[in-house]
Amino acid sequence: MATLLVIIVFALFLTAILTGGYNKKFFARVKDTKVWDWITTVDHKKIGILYFISGIFFFLIGGIEAIFMRLQLAFPDSNLFVGDVFNQLLTMHGTTMIFLAAMPMIFGLMNAVVPLQIGARDVAFPFVNALGFWLFFFGGLLLNLSWIFGGAPDAGWTSYTSLALNNYSPGPGVDYYVLGLQIAGIGTLIGGLNFIATIINMRAPGMSFLRLPMFTWTVFVTSALILFAFPPLTVALLLLMFDRIFGANFFDYAMGGSTVIWEHLFWIFGHPEVYIVILPAFGVMSEVISTFSRKRLFGYTSMVFATVLIGFLGFMVWVHHMFTVGLGPVSNSVFAVATMAIAVPTGIKVFNWLFTMWGGEIRFTTPMLWAVGFIPTFVMGGMTGVMLALPPADYQYQDSYFVVAHFHYVLVGGTVFGLFAGLYYWWPKMFGKMLSERLGKWHFWLFAIGFHLTFFPQHFLGLFGMPRRVFTYHSNLGLDTLNLLSSIGVIGMALGTIILGVAIYRSFLSKEQAPADPWDGRTLEWTIASPPPEYNFAQTPLIRSYDAFWVAKEQKTQIEPAEPLAPIHMPSSSYLPIMMSLGLFIAGFGFITRGIEVSILGVAITLLMMFLRSFEQDHGYHIDPRPIREEKGAKV
Amino acid sequence: MSQQRTWRLLFIFATVILALAGCSGDPRLNVLTPKGTAGEIQLDLIKWSLILMVVVFAIVLAIYVYVLIRFRKRKGIDRMPKQVHGSTFLEILWTVVPIICLVVLAFPTVRYTFDLADKPKGDALEVKVTGYQYWWEFEYPQLGIKTAQELVIPTGRKVHFEIKGKDVLHSFWVPALGGKTDVVPGRVNYMWLDAKKPGLYQGKCAELCGAGHALMDFKVYAKNPSDFNQWVTAMKQPATKTVTKDLAEGEKLFRQNCMGCHAGVNPSIKGPELTHFGLRDTIAGTLPKNEANLKKWLKDPSAIKPGTKMPKIDYLNDQEMNALTQYLMTRKPESTKK
Repeated sequence: MATLLVIIVFALFLTAILTGGYNKKFFARVKDTKVWDWITTVDHKKIGILYFISGIFFFLIGGIEAIFMRLQLAFPDSNLFVGDVFNQLLTMHGTTMIFLAAMPMIFGLMNAVVPLQIGARDVAFPFVNALGFWLFFFGGLLLNLSWIFGGAPDAGWTSYTSLALNNYSPGPGVDYYVLGLQIAGIGTLIGGLNFIATIINMRAPGMSFLRLPMFTWTVFVTSALILFAFPPLTVALLLLMFDRIFGANFFDYAMGGSTVIWEHLFWIFGHPEVYIVILPAFGVMSEVISTFSRKRLFGYTSMVFATVLIGFLGFMVWVHHMFTVGLGPVSNSVFAVATMAIAVPTGIKVFNWLFTMWGGEIRFTTPMLWAVGFIPTFVMGGMTGVMLALPPADYQYQDSYFVVAHFHYVLVGGTVFGLFAGLYYWWPKMFGKMLSERLGKWHFWLFAIGFHLTFFPQHFLGLFGMPRRVFTYHSNLGLDTLNLLSSIGVIGMALGTIILGVAIYRSFLSKEQAPADPWDGRTLEWTIASPPPEYNFAQTPLIRSYDAFWVAKEQKTQIEPAEPLAPIHMPSSSYLPIMMSLGLFIAGFGFITRGIEVSILGVAITLLMMFLRSFEQDHGYHIDPRPIREEKGAKV
Repeated sequence: MSQQRTWRLLFIFATVILALAGCSGDPRLNVLTPKGTAGEIQLDLIKWSLILMVVVFAIVLAIYVYVLIRFRKRKGIDRMPKQVHGSTFLEILWTVVPIICLVVLAFPTVRYTFDLADKPKGDALEVKVTGYQYWWEFEYPQLGIKTAQELVIPTGRKVHFEIKGKDVLHSFWVPALGGKTDVVPGRVNYMWLDAKKPGLYQGKCAELCGAGHALMDFKVYAKNPSDFNQWVTAMKQPATKTVTKDLAEGEKLFRQNCMGCHAGVNPSIKGPELTHFGLRDTIAGTLPKNEANLKKWLKDPSAIKPGTKMPKIDYLNDQEMNALTQYLMTRKPESTKK
């Protein structure tokens, strides 16, 4: 409580300093500050940056947790982080990396890029977009506050019952998991809905579905997956919340509940979730490889088809996480074959990328390096994926370090490499500055080599009999050397990440403005300035082909506008999203501390904000096109 | 650039060699050197799928390396690549060929899945396995024996496990003999294993089950049938009568301090069976058994196995502690004493 008080006082001081003290014009001055501008923004570009920065912040926290774990495991029988502390580290590492690092970085790219790629001025629901971000942010914050107030969750990122029930996980840890993820999950769900609506409704004239850039396609499928995958998680978390806080018995077998139900609900969400985080990375790869090979994406239509198929099949394979639960040979066989089937569309994608480069002119820029590094790494993760799909073999791999190696090859080698490729590729568009190519290459090589050194030996650790999620191993069991190698590899990844930090810092300091089209791009986002003006496109473009910008450059023409220059309608910024999220954050905190009065207060704040929103007369505002016309005229 | 790539490949290659040569795993828990039928079936599938995958990977890598070298941008040359849309033939090729590969892989997969799920025919040895936080109980219903932490099985005979749980999820895994099956509270799972050679195999809990998960180890002793029968006979004998004064004192202390949990008096705080504890090689399944370690364990169990329910026995004086440990160390049937 004292900590909270100190934080509040500190925040008040900061507000006073930033705004110049309280008097009659206090609120006017607050509204003039940059901080106010950012926390009330509904501009998709700013929200994208907010998502990305929070994602990187949580990525660092998750990384530090990983470093601690590898420190403990570097030598046999060590005593740095044992028992519950280690379990907290592994739980928070997994939860943070999936929900608070990978997801927001993906949403960051989605926000920064998709509206620009489809020629839109914003997403379909800018207000909901801001609400989605703030819900995610406060959910993540709530989850991480567990380190300070009462102990982090320690039942694994899968939070299997009955370990996650009160009997076996007393203390507030798992409550933080349940409520933090529930709040962040609502944010993700409405974010996904928003992008479905955006991609269906906001495409520029002529931008038919089969002219959508590949990244937008993958975001579309990902959003659909979010729409169908997150509700099972919501249900699971709600049931667990009732078990823990209100004494229900959904998962307590002694009272007639079932632990297997949790496993099903979690993986019905959890398996599509891995496609939610990998598909946008596929999209980034398609854009980057095509751009830096100076070639049209090979087999675009089959790429689209493969993406949709992966998304579809992704819902039919969850039981492969549960082969050892004892569901019987029939269900194991069915889900094994379904899982193997996913390899086919994934293979189509890999070959299409290879043949996009075939005959091209490959420039090894930093984004391309990440993309090129992605292919063998991801293919290796895919290969072990097929191996894991075979139930008899899986009885050996399941819950061993082999699985740890596999999913880090797809999640780091796939998603993180993809996100880094996207980061270097779209950084100039997001921030108007370039990231250093030289530092970027250092970042890539250190990170990639460190990554392989860390995770390649883990395949063998699993086969040599090391279960996952163990805080130690005995010294005479043939596991020492590989564990040490694996821990050494972390140094490479850590150094690489530090270099990324330096590169970002330098780019913010640099005065040099990035050009509108630094990479010789192919899609619409490169037709406008870096960073784009708040209205994106002064006139909505008229699209006549796939890769419209590239085709225009080839024909030495410009993309025609679809409308005359007219006043541009923009949404107003609003403080309501952050307040609504804050209400739920307070409610969550109340449930965790079992202070139901606090929860009621929190829910009341959220409801009040929703009420205000419902009766708000907000028609946005219009931007006068005359200055834009003059600017355009000056250019011509 | 291609040079850097070559270096990277070399590096990966070196890691593989290092992994295979330097540290080939311990035969007591190595999946790659199975000592039982189930493990062999599983390794068979692992090998076939690995070979298939390595072939596919080699093809991808060959195209990849060729493309990166052949089509890299060369200095001073500004070439405009031809903008192709795709190739129906190629796309059908890399759709159909993987489907065929996977169908080929699916047949043995499904067969083995059913084989491993079958109840073994003939005279299998029945063993009931129960997982607790953080120890294992093994009961032989046909023989009327109950023990903990150390499973003894005969070689050349299938052992049919009935796997149950009382608290949280665990997973019963003997890597050198075969794959794992989860311990699911409220469910009964079945699995069979056999050992072809006598020896000691390491067992592990493979599902996160709480603070002590990493140390929820157990041992599997495969004995040839005559040795196994000897063990069974020994297990059925009563423990030695205490003769010396020290041992009598130890037995008294044991009755006062240990039997509440360790003899099933109170089922809600159940501890591992200690009948014939003297025959075992480990303490708590993870610590080598000797008097010093036993004292260490008794004085502060959770320092060795975090989260264990075993309370500290730190209130005995040195003489009492000696008596208790001596009694425990010799708690075995007369016939096994030399």
